[in-house]
Amino acid sequence: MKLRTSMLMLCAALGVAACTNPARLGGAGAGNDPFANGATGGVVPGSASDPASPAYFQQAVGDRVLFAVDQSTLTPEGRATLDGQAVWLLQNADFTAVIEGHADEQGTREYNLALGARRADAARAYLVSQGVQPGRLQVVSYGKERPIEVCSEEACYAKNRRAVTVLAGGLTG
Amino acid sequence: MMVRVLFLIAMCLAPAWAAAQSGPLRIEITEGVIEPLPVAIPDLVPEGGAAGDWGQRIARVVAEDLTGTGLFREIPSSAFISQVSDFAAPVQYADWKAINAQALVAGAVSVNGNQISVKFRLYDVFSGAELGDGLQLAGTTDAWRRIAHKMADVVYSRITGETGYFDSRVVFVSETGPKDDRRKRLAIMDYDGANIQYLTGSEAIVLAPRFSSTGDRVLYTSYETGFPRIYVLDVGSVQRRVLESQPGTMSFAPRFAPNGQTVVYSLTQGANTDIWSMDVNSGQSQRLTSTPAIETAPSFSPDGTQIVFESDRSGTQQLYVMPSGGGEARRISFGEGRYGTPVWSPRGDLIAFTKQSKGRFHIGVMRTDGSEERLLTASFLDEGPTWAPNGRVIMFSRETQGAAGRSTLYSVDITGRNLRPVRTPDGGSDPSWGPLQN
Repeated sequence: MKLRTSMLMLCAALGVAACTNPARLGGAGAGNDPFANGATGGVVPGSASDPASPAYFQQAVGDRVLFAVDQSTLTPEGRATLDGQAVWLLQNADFTAVIEGHADEQGTREYNLALGARRADAARAYLVSQGVQPGRLQVVSYGKERPIEVCSEEACYAKNRRAVTVLAGGLTG
Repeated sequence: MMVRVLFLIAMCLAPAWAAAQSGPLRIEITEGVIEPLPVAIPDLVPEGGAAGDWGQRIARVVAEDLTGTGLFREIPSSAFISQVSDFAAPVQYADWKAINAQALVAGAVSVNGNQISVKFRLYDVFSGAELGDGLQLAGTTDAWRRIAHKMADVVYSRITGETGYFDSRVVFVSETGPKDDRRKRLAIMDYDGANIQYLTGSEAIVLAPRFSSTGDRVLYTSYETGFPRIYVLDVGSVQRRVLESQPGTMSFAPRFAPNGQTVVYSLTQGANTDIWSMDVNSGQSQRLTSTPAIETAPSFSPDGTQIVFESDRSGTQQLYVMPSGGGEARRISFGEGRYGTPVWSPRGDLIAFTKQSKGRFHIGVMRTDGSEERLLTASFLDEGPTWAPNGRVIMFSRETQGAAGRSTLYSVDITGRNLRPVRTPDGGSDPSWGPLQN
């Protein structure tokens, strides 16, 4: 937790430097924006209803893609999510992101670290192919060290085999 | 921090009685022992000074060491006909024979201030003779367990013909907390779980520590910077430093070469993970593998000429051996399933590994050419074997299934017998067994 905080602060500094980027001011232009339906007057900055907020990215765009057992190939659903992430990242150019790769518990520790890296890199490479600047994206793998679901069944494993795009930086005010 | 001051003087005592004939008291570990050898280990006789209950404490540790191997069975003191009340008095062999003690460990202890001195002899009861010479060990009282372990090592060694492993330490990852909020920190302990000491805090994930061949340093992976990087920690001073790494990469799975100078490890760039080697002082690095596959978990042969590692270049995790400077790798695992985490035995004869097959995990051993594969364990999740310094016992992590799943340490001998938990205060994973201490 402490680590993540310090990283956020570092990236926030970068974000401020980039805050004149007009792309962010354009708002969420994408047609598939579920919050774009009128009601812009009720937007609380920073909340999930603010299309430029990390909360919106996480909840509306979708911050994660899932993988099959021992695979790092993106699924069609995964690519669709990443398409949305790419659009958002292009519109909110002052954000950087760390893509975290994860594995389920079925596998040895070090292999799973490398497998998580493959997954994170698959997501990174796809975002770059969609125009996101490589310099804005970092990858890290946690292997099987950070499961979000704890059961030892496929229902949990499926959610743990993931690449999560964690935003860093962004404007504070 | 915790550099324990200890001087162990091994001094031969004159033979107690008539020169021992080369007795039949012998355990062949490889033969597969069915019946453990009965041994009597009376409390050491207090001799001078403030010996207090030291004699009993030391005898208990010796007994735990020996019975813990599964090769010995202790005869309870309640069965003793004669007591050892004078270290210099003749042994009443008939009394020990009558209770079927095949071996007798008899000793004496004296304590002066913080100095403790122990003498002991090992008797082959059925031959009616001493097995080897008497020995004397001395040190500070805070190192009393080491003295006991050394005694047990001598007994084990004389009876099995193998080097002992009791006076050794294990570095591992101590684990607390639930599966989705697990806290990990490095810890070092005696092989039996005593004298635990924590080497790092639990703020950052730490993984897979490995001792140097002399036990003076530990390599491990930590997320201290937010990204996995390799650290080297001096066990005596608990000072650590991060090893060189290229920006934008992850480095992990470090192991020392036997020379203590070279480190091999995995480096991930983009999607690709290869094995590299680095000079630990200069930071000069060299790439050893170059396929697009995942290559990790390297381990040196004890002579330093070869490296066994895992690669999924064939499509699944399998074991390969290559020259220590890199070059062509030869696949050695061909059984059904996936093979990972190979570790070369300190004797050089076997490679221990983790195998995954049909949804189960196993710890196994095979010869260095891959032949004579033998699975020693089976469970929901066993992984990460490490060798006792004598190459006869393996320690590993076992994680239980389900939401309350927890990882703890176990040991098993290389015949697959004597599976037992290793006592640790909390959960544990990724053990690395250090050398026999001097």
